[in-house]
Amino acid sequence: MSLQVENLTVYYQTLRGDVKALESATFSIQGGEIMGLAGESGCGKTTLGHSLIRLTPPMRFVQGRVQIDGEELPIWDMERMNSFRFKKISIIPQYAMNAMNPTRKVGKMIEELLGSRNVNFKDNLPELKRRLDLVKLQDDVLDMYPIEMSGGMKQRMVMVISTLMNPSLLIADEITSALDVSSQKAVAEMLVEFRDKECCNSAMVISHDISILYQIADSIMIMYAGQLMEKAPTDVIVHCPRHPYTKMLISSLPTVGVRYAEARLAGIPGKPPLLLDPPAGCRFRERCPVAFGKCCEVPPFMEIQSGHFVACWKEFETNAHA
Amino acid sequence: MRRYFGRKILIYGLTFILAATIDWMIPRFMPGDPIANVMARIGAVVNPAAAQAMRDYYTHIFGLDLPMWQQYVNFWNSLLHGDLGISIYLFPTPVTTVLMRAVPYDLFLLIPSILLSWYAGNKFGAFAARSKWLDNTVSPIGYILTATPYMWLGILLAWLFGIVLGWFPIAGAYGFNLRPHLSWTFIWDVLHHWFLPFMSLFLVGFGGQAIGMRNMIIYELEADYSHYLEALGAPRRLVRKYAFRNAMLPQITGLALSLGVVVAGALVTEVVFSYPGIGYLLLAAIQNQDYFLIQGCFLFIIIGVLVANFIIDVTYVIIDPRTRRGMTGETA
Amino acid sequence: MTKQKKKNEFLYFALRNKKLRVALSVVLFFLVLAFVGPVLAHNAPFAYVNPMGAEPPSAKYWFGTTFFGQDVFAQFVHGLRATFLVGALAGGLGTLIGILVGFTAGYRGGIVDEILNVLTNIVLVIPTLAVLLIIAAYLQVRSIPMECIFIGFTAWPWAARAIRAQTFSLRAREFVDLARLSGMKDRKLILTEIAPNMLSYLVMTFILQFGGAILNAATLDFIGLGPTNAVSLGLMMQYSVLWGALQLGSWWWFIPPGLAIMAIVGALYVMNVGLDEVFNPKLREM
Repeated sequence: MSLQVENLTVYYQTLRGDVKALESATFSIQGGEIMGLAGESGCGKTTLGHSLIRLTPPMRFVQGRVQIDGEELPIWDMERMNSFRFKKISIIPQYAMNAMNPTRKVGKMIEELLGSRNVNFKDNLPELKRRLDLVKLQDDVLDMYPIEMSGGMKQRMVMVISTLMNPSLLIADEITSALDVSSQKAVAEMLVEFRDKECCNSAMVISHDISILYQIADSIMIMYAGQLMEKAPTDVIVHCPRHPYTKMLISSLPTVGVRYAEARLAGIPGKPPLLLDPPAGCRFRERCPVAFGKCCEVPPFMEIQSGHFVACWKEFETNAHA
Repeated sequence: MRRYFGRKILIYGLTFILAATIDWMIPRFMPGDPIANVMARIGAVVNPAAAQAMRDYYTHIFGLDLPMWQQYVNFWNSLLHGDLGISIYLFPTPVTTVLMRAVPYDLFLLIPSILLSWYAGNKFGAFAARSKWLDNTVSPIGYILTATPYMWLGILLAWLFGIVLGWFPIAGAYGFNLRPHLSWTFIWDVLHHWFLPFMSLFLVGFGGQAIGMRNMIIYELEADYSHYLEALGAPRRLVRKYAFRNAMLPQITGLALSLGVVVAGALVTEVVFSYPGIGYLLLAAIQNQDYFLIQGCFLFIIIGVLVANFIIDVTYVIIDPRTRRGMTGETA
Repeated sequence: MTKQKKKNEFLYFALRNKKLRVALSVVLFFLVLAFVGPVLAHNAPFAYVNPMGAEPPSAKYWFGTTFFGQDVFAQFVHGLRATFLVGALAGGLGTLIGILVGFTAGYRGGIVDEILNVLTNIVLVIPTLAVLLIIAAYLQVRSIPMECIFIGFTAWPWAARAIRAQTFSLRAREFVDLARLSGMKDRKLILTEIAPNMLSYLVMTFILQFGGAILNAATLDFIGLGPTNAVSLGLMMQYSVLWGALQLGSWWWFIPPGLAIMAIVGALYVMNVGLDEVFNPKLREM
C-alpha cells in the first residue's frame, strides 16, 4: 500500500478570515511504514490527520491530491469518502474515551456499525474476539456499556474497532496523550503489534511526544505552523537532523539521567506565527538562527538523501556544496 | 436502582406532606373569616340566637373549635380515609364525588395532549435539525408556539373555528341537550367538544418539545461518538438514529418538569371552553368560596402531578439502559 | 484576553447576530410603545368614551372599543406598561432567589446542596398555579407588587437549577483552584473570579425569567386573580371573554393583547438563543 499526498492545502474558516492551517503538504507513506507526525500544538498535524478522513466545516479543502493504493481519495466529498472510510482508511481519535455511544452496549454498537457498512457481524465475530485477545480484553467487554469500562479499556476497545477491517492506513491521533507512562508504553506497543499482525497496513501516528515516536515509528515527519519541515527515518531525525527547527526541537528535549543543575533547559525563543495572516515563505523564518534572504520564498519539500526530505534553503545550499 | 427510586419516593412523599399542609394552612391563616362567608352565602338569619347556633354548627363542622394540632391530625386522618369533606357550593355532595366526576374530563384532555405533543414535538424537532435551511424556517414556529399563552390560543381557536367558521362548539364537554350515555351520537358529540381545547393544549406543548428536541439533537450530533461513527463511514441514518435515542432521555425528564406548566395551561383552557375538568371546578369553587372543594381540587392536582412524575421516572429507568446497571444517567 | 477586548468581541458578535437584532428590535418596539403609548392615547383606559359600545378599529379608535365603549388602544398601551413592569419585577425577583439558592448549592456542595436540591425539586413539582390560585383567592385586594412577589417566589426553581449547574462547572475549573491556593478569601473569589464568568449566564437566565413572568402574570390575570384596579394584557383578555367578545365577534378586543404577549415573549426566547450564540463561541455560525 502507499499513501501519496500532493500539495494538500486545508484552511479553517473563521469569521475573521481563513486560518491557513495546512499549506501545500507533499509526502508519502510506504506500505508497512509507521510514520510519526510531530510538532508543537497548532502546527497542523491534527488538521492533516483529520483532513484525510473527515474533512468537515470549519475545515475547507483548498487544493491537493491524495492517493491511497493508487486510488484517488476524494477527501473533499463527504459522501464518496464513505466507501473508503473504515475499510481503506481509519482513525483512532484523540477523544477515544468518549468515542462510543454511552447508551449502547459495545457489542451491539459494533454490530450495528458493521451492519450499516454491509459487513456481516456474525462472520467477523471470531476475528473480533481474536483481536480482543490481542489487546488483552475479555470477551464479555462486548456486553458492557462504555461507562462500565476504564479509560485504558475504552482506548483499547476503540483501537480494535478502528482496525477491524484491516485498513490500509490507520491514523492514530494523540492516542497516548491522555494516559500515564506505563499505559503509554502498552498502547504504543499494541500499535506496532497491529501493524506486525497486519491488522493495519501502515500507520500515521500523530503525537507531540517525540520520545514515544522514537520507540515505535519507522520514520518521523516534523511540521511547523502548517508547513512540513522535515521527514526522515527515526534514527536520522533524532541523531542527525538537518532542518534548523528539528535540530532545536531535538536539543530541547531533556535527557534521562542528565542533571541540569547549572545549565538551563534550552527552548526555542519566540512564538509560532498566527496562521490567520502567516508570513510569506518559510514560516519558521523569524525564529530561525540561520535564516537568510531566500527564506522569503517557500522552500519545497525535497529529498536530499534517500528517504530524507527537508524544506530548508540553507540545507539545499549545504547539500549542493557537499 | 433502589437508591434512585428511594430518593424519588422520599421527595414525592415530602412534597405531598408539604403541599397538603399548605392546603390545610391556607384557609386557617388567611385574613377573612370563612365562617362569616359561609353564613353570608347560606342566607342571612335575623334571629341572633339562631345565627349563633348556625355559627356554632359550622364551626363544629369545620373543626375550628378544636386546638390547631388536633385539627391537623384530624385532617390527615380523614384524608387517609378518603374523606375530603362536603362541598358547600354543591351541598350536600361530598367533595370526593364532585371531584371524581371531573377527573375523567381532565384525563381525557391532558393525557392525549401531553403524549401527542411530546411525540410529535420530538419528531418535528429532530426533523428540523436535519438541515440548516429547515432549521431556520421551522424553529421560529416552535418559538412562537411555546411563547403563546395557553388561554390566548384557546380564545383564538374558539373564535376562529367556533364562531367564525362554526365548525366546533366552544362550551361544555357535551351538548346541553344530551345526557351521558353510550351511543355514537354521544361519543361523537364529546369528541366534537373536546377537539378545540385539546388542540390548544397540544399546540403549545408541541412548540416547546420541538425546540427542546432540536437543541438536544444538535448537541448529540456534535458529540464525540457521532464524529467517530462518521469517521468510520457510518451512514447518516445510523448517526441520526443514535442521536435521536440519546436526545430522548433528557426530553423525558424535561416532560416531568413541564407538568406544572401543562396543568396550569389545562386550567385556563378549561376556563375558556367551560370544560368541566378539575381546573374549571377549582375556579368555580374559588368564586363561590367553597373551601372544602378548593382544598380537594388542590390535593387532587398535587396527587395527579406526583403520580405522573413517578410514572415518568419509571419510564426513564426502563428506557435508559444505564440506570438498570446501577448507574444514574440523569440525576434530577 | 483583556477585559476590554472581551467586551468588544461580544459587542462585535452581538451586533452581527441576526436573531439578536430582530428579537431585540421587537422587544424595544413594544417597550417604546409602552412608554409613549399612554401619552399618545387620548383616553383613560377605563373611561366610557364610546356610547355605541363595541366598535371595530377606526381612525378615531385605533384598536376599536370594548363592549362598554372603552378605548381598546388606551387599555392596550397601559396594559403593556403593567406587563413589562410585572415581567421585570417578578423576573428579577425570581432570578435573585434563583441566584441565591443555586449559587449557594453549587458553591458549597455537600449537605447544603442536598437540602437546597430537595427544596428546589419540591417547589418545582408542585403546580404553582394551584397554590397561587388558593392564596390569591383568599386575598380580597391584590396589587401589582403582590403579583410580582407571588410569581417571583414560585418561578425561581428554573433559575436555581441552571445557575447551580453553571456554578458547579465553574467551581471545578483550574483558575478557581489557583485563586484559592493563593489564599484568596471566598468572597473576593466569588466577586472577582466566578461572577464575571457567570454574568452572561445570569443575563440569559433573567431573560427567561422575564418571559416566563409575563406568561404567568397573564394567566393569573385571566383567571381573575390579577391586581384589582389595574389594567394589563391578561385582564383585557379576561374581560373580553367575560363580556362575550367571542360571541359578538369583537376580535379587536382580545387579539391585540395576546398577540403582543406572544410577540414579546417569543422575541425574548429568540433573543436568548442569540445571546447564547454570542457568548458561546462554539455555537457561532459561519
